[in-house]
Amino acid sequence: MSDHPIAARWREVRGEGRAALIPYLTAGFPTPGASLDALRLAEAAGADVVEVGVPFSDPLADGPTIQRSTQAALEQGMTTGGVLQQIHDARLRVPVVIMTYLNPVLAYGLERFLRDAHAAGASGLLLTDFPAGADPTLERAVAASPVALIRLIAPTTTDERLAGAVRGASGFIYLISRLGVTGARDRIPPDLAEQVARVRAVTALPIAAGFGISTAAQVRAAARAADGVVVGSALVDVLATAGLAAGERLLREFARAVRERDP
Amino acid sequence: MSIPKLVERAVDGRFGPYGGRYVPETLMAALEELARVHDEAKRDPTFWAELDALLRDYVGRPTPLTEAPRLAAEAGVGGGVGGEVRVLLKREDLNHTGAHKINNTLGQALLARRMGKRRIIAETGAGQHGVATATVCAKFGLECVVYMGEEDMRRQRLNVYRMELMGARVVPVTAGTRTLKDATNEALRDWVTNVTTTHYIIGSVVGPDPFPRVVRDFQSVIGREARAQVLERYGRLPTTVAACVGGGSNALGIFHAFLDDREVELVGVEAAGEGLASGRHSASLARGRPGVFHGSLSYLLQDGDGQVQPAHSVSAGLDYPGVGPEHAYLKDTGRVLYVAVTDQEALAAFAALSRLEGILPALESAHAVAWVLGRRGNWRAGDLVLINLSGRGDKDVAMVAELTGAKL
Repeated sequence: MSDHPIAARWREVRGEGRAALIPYLTAGFPTPGASLDALRLAEAAGADVVEVGVPFSDPLADGPTIQRSTQAALEQGMTTGGVLQQIHDARLRVPVVIMTYLNPVLAYGLERFLRDAHAAGASGLLLTDFPAGADPTLERAVAASPVALIRLIAPTTTDERLAGAVRGASGFIYLISRLGVTGARDRIPPDLAEQVARVRAVTALPIAAGFGISTAAQVRAAARAADGVVVGSALVDVLATAGLAAGERLLREFARAVRERDP
Repeated sequence: MSIPKLVERAVDGRFGPYGGRYVPETLMAALEELARVHDEAKRDPTFWAELDALLRDYVGRPTPLTEAPRLAAEAGVGGGVGGEVRVLLKREDLNHTGAHKINNTLGQALLARRMGKRRIIAETGAGQHGVATATVCAKFGLECVVYMGEEDMRRQRLNVYRMELMGARVVPVTAGTRTLKDATNEALRDWVTNVTTTHYIIGSVVGPDPFPRVVRDFQSVIGREARAQVLERYGRLPTTVAACVGGGSNALGIFHAFLDDREVELVGVEAAGEGLASGRHSASLARGRPGVFHGSLSYLLQDGDGQVQPAHSVSAGLDYPGVGPEHAYLKDTGRVLYVAVTDQEALAAFAALSRLEGILPALESAHAVAWVLGRRGNWRAGDLVLINLSGRGDKDVAMVAELTGAKL
């Protein structure tokens, strides 16, 4: 896996002695055209990995902000094929991870999806409703592809499950830092460092923390504990209410926050 | 025809390829705990003793088996001595709260107590499952939150008030289609957030493993009773058992005791809504393709991109784009025949059963009655037809009046 784009990117980030910034963007939101611009500006503003959401009609792990964005994207005609086309057209140099639910991928055809996603330039796949062990046949198909299967770990993941979950993981581990759905919160969980340490004890993969991280101060704090920080709802919210330029400003703030040394 | 052995179906929480646990990682520990506690409870005689006593003294079980001779005559199957055809109704409408739903909510409330969880959440469409959940929470002193689509709350105000009278908080769901599927999404979001203190009492044989088998186990009392009642009264098994299928809990509840009686024809009746060709229906098994939805793999109404399509039925309880994974398996193996009847046929059956037998069926159950009436002329002498009358129709009277233009 040493040549894998995600691993290569993380080596660079680690070389700079900092955490990675991983913004999430819903493909097709606020509009199909603006979302392509958003992908490009995310890279320009300093993203290390970009998560691109394929909209699904029933996003049961997402809070109101992402729900509204995916619904709007679907209403404007965004499709799975359309998302792959956008990833292709964006031609990002940083790795792209596709985040979605299992059913749109199954409907597209898993093998075909992996092939087309790779061809479009995506490096990883993160499926919200596909926990480790849920479907060994599908897991093997992803493992046999060049697309990394990003595993999610939750505060409720038992130690038994944790060991099994990291075994099939690649790219990085996505640590769900709190119970709940996606969405902005007032502060990051006080036990984030312990949660990261628990995962770090069983894997050498980088660990990115997400869920509820929404301000530069929170990004800075999370970046001290984890190897990467995922920001989604806060960014999607700014894109929806204040536009692309405001989204870019927020991302630049976040990019500075992951680069700041401990005081 | 060779049918796989049907008594040992659930392997690793699957029914053939269907079922599974396709959920956020956050929920996996709770599902493992529920599966373990349910398996332990199943082997514990004190659990069943308590549940059976509650079913008897609180719910009113066993429910009666009522013969419906005037309905049988209407179906063109009644008449002559010897060789006559009989129609029997399993009266789940006579349960406390008016439907089969309480068989499951009572059992799951006992499981929640075993797990030490004192907060209960549920989703509801028409409100029957919500009412049954609010009822057991009141009885056991548990906190109760019910998610209900805003659209369904408007259509079923009375059930909202009933739940509130019993101390439940009903939360309107404004996302998506504002009906059952979105209420289920919202309940799952609550569960992801509060999973350490909360048990989710899902209302049908859907969702991630172990819910489909938990709900089926608690609903299978229907078929165990009905099978014994028919045998005792008629000295033989029914020839056909019919039940409506939305998520499919009442149908599995009555089918389960008969699965290994290969000579008994089992018929699941889905909602064809405005017609299967119209695209406005809830017939997941007839018109859906396998997909992953609400935590399990089963037949699903979806478009080519895997987006879930809105369902439609005059009956809110059948208005669901998915179906329980065990039904998917029973369809593929051929053990159960799945058919569909339209809104109009269900409304006609609602009227017929009311007029002929003095029983107002729930619009859901009226679908099963409609299929029996629709087979007019094709019944044979000696047929013994058992219908699961899963709920009573009081909740639907206002809407039926509106649909038929009656002035109240």
